[in-house]
Amino acid sequence: MPYLFNTPDQQQEMLQAIGVDSLEDLFSTIPSELRLNRPLDIPPALTEMELQAHVSKLAEKNVGPGSRVCMLGGGAYDHFIPAAVDEIARRGEFYTAYTPYQAEASQGSLQTFFEFQSLICQLTGMDVSNASLYEGGTCVSEAAFMAMRVTNRHDRVVLLGSLHPEYRQVVETYLTHLNCEVVVVPCVNGTADPADVEAAMNDQTACLVIQHPNFFGTLEEAEQLTEIAHKYGALSVVSYDPISLGILKRPGDYGADIAIAEGQSLGTPLQFGGPYLGLFSCSQKFVRRMPGRLIGQTVDRNGNLCYVLNLQAREQHIRRDKATSNICSNQGLIAIRAAVYLALLGKQGIREVAELSCQKAHYAAEQLSQIEGIDLLFADRPYFKEFVVSCSEGSDYLLRKARQAGFDLGPELSRFEFQNGSAPDQTGVLVAITEQRTREEIDRLVTALKA
Amino acid sequence: MRNQLATESLFGLSHHGRRGARFPAADVPVKPLDEIIPKSALSTEPTGLPEVTESDVIRHFVNLSTLNMCVDTHFYPLGSCTMKYNPKRHERLASLPGIVDLHPYQDLSGLQGMLELLYETQEMLAEISGLPAVSLQPAAGAQGEFTALLTAKAYFEDRGEKRTKVLFPNSAHGTNPASAAIAGFECVQLASSKEGLVDLDDLKAHLDDQTAVFMVTNPNTLGLFEKDIKQIAQMVHDAGGLVYIDGANMNAILGFTRPGDFGGDMMHYNVHKTFTGPHGAGGPGSGPIAVREFLADFLPGPVIKRNSAENEFTLETPPKSIGRVRSFYGNIGILVRGYCYLRTLGAAGLKAVSENAVLNANYLKAILKDVLPVPNGDLCMHEFVASASKSKSENGITAMDIAKRLLDFGFHAPTVYFPLVVPEAIMIEPTETESKETLDAFAETIRNILQEDPEFLHLAPHSTKISRPDEVVAARNPILQCCEPQ
Repeated sequence: MPYLFNTPDQQQEMLQAIGVDSLEDLFSTIPSELRLNRPLDIPPALTEMELQAHVSKLAEKNVGPGSRVCMLGGGAYDHFIPAAVDEIARRGEFYTAYTPYQAEASQGSLQTFFEFQSLICQLTGMDVSNASLYEGGTCVSEAAFMAMRVTNRHDRVVLLGSLHPEYRQVVETYLTHLNCEVVVVPCVNGTADPADVEAAMNDQTACLVIQHPNFFGTLEEAEQLTEIAHKYGALSVVSYDPISLGILKRPGDYGADIAIAEGQSLGTPLQFGGPYLGLFSCSQKFVRRMPGRLIGQTVDRNGNLCYVLNLQAREQHIRRDKATSNICSNQGLIAIRAAVYLALLGKQGIREVAELSCQKAHYAAEQLSQIEGIDLLFADRPYFKEFVVSCSEGSDYLLRKARQAGFDLGPELSRFEFQNGSAPDQTGVLVAITEQRTREEIDRLVTALKA
Repeated sequence: MRNQLATESLFGLSHHGRRGARFPAADVPVKPLDEIIPKSALSTEPTGLPEVTESDVIRHFVNLSTLNMCVDTHFYPLGSCTMKYNPKRHERLASLPGIVDLHPYQDLSGLQGMLELLYETQEMLAEISGLPAVSLQPAAGAQGEFTALLTAKAYFEDRGEKRTKVLFPNSAHGTNPASAAIAGFECVQLASSKEGLVDLDDLKAHLDDQTAVFMVTNPNTLGLFEKDIKQIAQMVHDAGGLVYIDGANMNAILGFTRPGDFGGDMMHYNVHKTFTGPHGAGGPGSGPIAVREFLADFLPGPVIKRNSAENEFTLETPPKSIGRVRSFYGNIGILVRGYCYLRTLGAAGLKAVSENAVLNANYLKAILKDVLPVPNGDLCMHEFVASASKSKSENGITAMDIAKRLLDFGFHAPTVYFPLVVPEAIMIEPTETESKETLDAFAETIRNILQEDPEFLHLAPHSTKISRPDEVVAARNPILQCCEPQ
């Protein structure tokens, strides 16, 4: 059997020490009528060689960006991952360690997470960051819960209709069964109208959730909307694209109370949607209301600087049903990837990636919209690296034609349920352009679509 | 031999003008940024990220990594966490092109291999649990609990019942009550019996027509099989409630008994524990759930279906779904590793895992019991909870002292002070991937420690990079990032 040590002789020796006759006797506390009296019906065991052949075959049935050009977006992006990120994440010292509860034996993880928190603060302009949550969608519901605790308003949250529809669904799953009203502000022309937002807010609203750049790629008036939230005593929750902060104003710069994001773009491969990285940061004054693991700096008994899990009294293993969240893990290894990525890029690198993505996206949008039958939706709205095009022949036609030429675009908007008329156009298709795309690829796509 | 310079703060290593990654110049016509983005949305100054070279980064994080204990380097008998060996083939296979680079929104035609793998995973998890309907979505065990509780809630609502309470024993993981609270239930904590099992009388006293779910870990957190589980499930079912099995301890019973066979209606797996995820310094986990057929319609969407006529795999949302609990489909990278593990072991291999996990735990318990008595249970399952009460009252050596001193001898500490029902708890889970020699050496070390000067032990560890951190100072004035809040 793979991965086991005990030889039959050793097993006998051990059973003797225990004082039983057989392995079977060790399971005598399981009543016989509850026992499974047949082997599990699962596929037969494979050796490493056979497993590799089998999984490779499954992998070959899939089509990855290795053989195609990925212009897919919608919350997961094909940004470049430097080799050093994989190199660090592959270290057994990191990936085979547990949560750093034993600080003396975990200073490597603890300092890395402390630096991760610091890097996220520098990126967002926020005061404090936790050591990560599951992913972008659950970050929104955790932020809403936190806003309810802070404002003591438990019955109402307001979301912009331009929030990622899957994030909105997550919030609805988490909140509506608690009789908390989830109000969605319509998104009529690619962004929310501040007047509509104002109309949706009241003095019972815990928070306003803004995605900026939003699901359609366009920029919201995040600063003005934050002021509106504050006017009603609500918290401003901003879901940002971490790469965009290489050029855009940071949530902390315009007064966001909680800044959250899907952190996949920071050095984590697409891997079919997970594991990804929930980034969660907020103002200093809310630190004791935060969900998730926090690493703090302290000293040991000899006065040496060191790091430790901090403010654990907020967490489920201490506070149980009164905890700020039920979360028990963080996305440790993915947070390590993000820390390495941000360290490698530095202030100049993140700006370059943001600028390249933005410039190339604008070139692509211009070129695509010159094709007859293809229109750029929300053409008068500024956007960052993602935009929506519509096709007179329908989204299926556009996607198929692009696919035949080796390009994956999307997701198509018809895939999602939007609320309050926030679905701009059922023929709309998202196109995301990262720094990895080239002019040659974009031109080739345009030529193929023209044909 | 430590390189102290390299493990300085990343921000301390920063020098203006250094670069770790460079990108090509734009190959498209470049416009002034403020022509395409309104000035009001643009930042006026760069982020405060550090400026370091690639080799700075490598040396920094590689040196930091060596300050960790991990399964690759040490025995890690952390109770309740199942710190088993993480097979290297999993890392290679989960990184294959066609696995690691799939976009969640790409066309289904290019995803059939992945969906087949995930469908097979669903099937295997259903068979191992005896519960036929599986959702792979939950990101970790705690989210699995929450998802199953909402599934139960939707089921009751669909039947026109309003049930408000979730019951659990006092030995439960903290996530059980925390998840129940977030799912909007009232939490009712029950006593444990003298044997460390569910107290049937207390359960009976609290079951009523408001009971929605009874959550129980089986084997429980004391490492004991709840021998009355069938009767417990019957009592809960008679009251109209559902039974939730916290699958944290599945490593003990693979192929021996199944939650669905002993009365469970819903359960979660911890793929990062039982199926060797790995743990990743705290995550990502993966917490798929399995439920009975009558709950299948309420599971979060999407689930993977097979259209057998065309042998085609699709993503479908169940008709009465509670909705989404996360974006996309689940922690796929971890599920792929779990799949590789299950395919490597097969039925006999899984059973051997539990056999040896239980053998190792009982052996260690047997050779330690004279110095570290185990208050509950004669035979344990995959882990046991010893108590340091004796050494504490005799010479002041606490569970914490033993745990910290073990680090000096190259063993990771066991879990201490959990579960709360055992005083001076030392919770030891050796797992099946350890040798008798390691267990013997570990037991010998604990014996030696108990002979040491208690004052010396209170100051342990003595050989790690740092000694015990001051957690009071840390909490009083939290410093949570290297730079001043901005």
